[in-house]
Amino acid sequence: MTLPETIPFLGFGWNDLLFMMLGTVMVIAALAVVLQKDIIRSGLAMIICFAALAGIYVIAGTPVVAAAEVLVYIGAISVLVLFAIMLTQSKAPPRALVFQTQVVPAAIASVILAVLIGLVVVSTNWPQQVTTQVAAATEIAKALFRDYTLPFEVVSVLLLAAVVGGVFLAKRERGETD
Amino acid sequence: MLSALNLISQNLNAYLILAGILFAIGTFGFLARRNAIAMLMSIELMLNAVNLAFIAFGAFVYSADAHHAAQASTIALIVMAAAAAEATVGLAIVIAIYRNKKTPLVDEYDAMKR
Repeated sequence: MTLPETIPFLGFGWNDLLFMMLGTVMVIAALAVVLQKDIIRSGLAMIICFAALAGIYVIAGTPVVAAAEVLVYIGAISVLVLFAIMLTQSKAPPRALVFQTQVVPAAIASVILAVLIGLVVVSTNWPQQVTTQVAAATEIAKALFRDYTLPFEVVSVLLLAAVVGGVFLAKRERGETD
Repeated sequence: MLSALNLISQNLNAYLILAGILFAIGTFGFLARRNAIAMLMSIELMLNAVNLAFIAFGAFVYSADAHHAAQASTIALIVMAAAAAEATVGLAIVIAIYRNKKTPLVDEYDAMKR
């Protein structure tokens, strides 16, 4: 049994439905990240946001980036953030004042930013193509190790420096007791 | 009317607007949250929005280069590695400050103001 080309009665394809659902989930989860009072819940909402984003990457035809998103963001960064949240939770977290005093200007500024980005995107005439090709892993590997060898090596040095720096920053001073 | 949504998943504008919304949400979180870790999470959201824009440009903008999408993916992967490094150092700094100040709230970090 094969699915019909477009969804019956709605007139758009299955990929479009998936894209809209994943986009909605991603935006709601991102809003939950910034608006949630309980910071552990906003950390968990961040995982949902990244998962939806990985799905959007698959629809855009880049499954390798989607896999890396799941591995790096959901697997590593979210766990790191959750660890840091649990290390810095005091017994009675201040639940009332989640936001700074400049919350209203910040909201206005970010709404203006979103509207500006939308206007620029809509008014620009991009040389668009409809048929998306899947970025195969072999092509990404060729690009990464031929054209982008120097950035690859620089990033590996950066990661090493970040690991050493993170250990240095987070370790206790000698003689310091907690 | 709903058929106007046909091929929205092949539309560059849809991806870019989604990325813009995500970036704006991240900006709001960075400007408005008091908790340093929530600010770092907002930065992650903004980095992801930029990555989404890269991927969308690679997939849906016409280019004579056949390996266009693969190059966009490569840039996105490098951005991810840089984001991982940033998260490591940022969280280590927050934990180091928390050990001294006993609070993760950035408006109580006023040692350079006094």
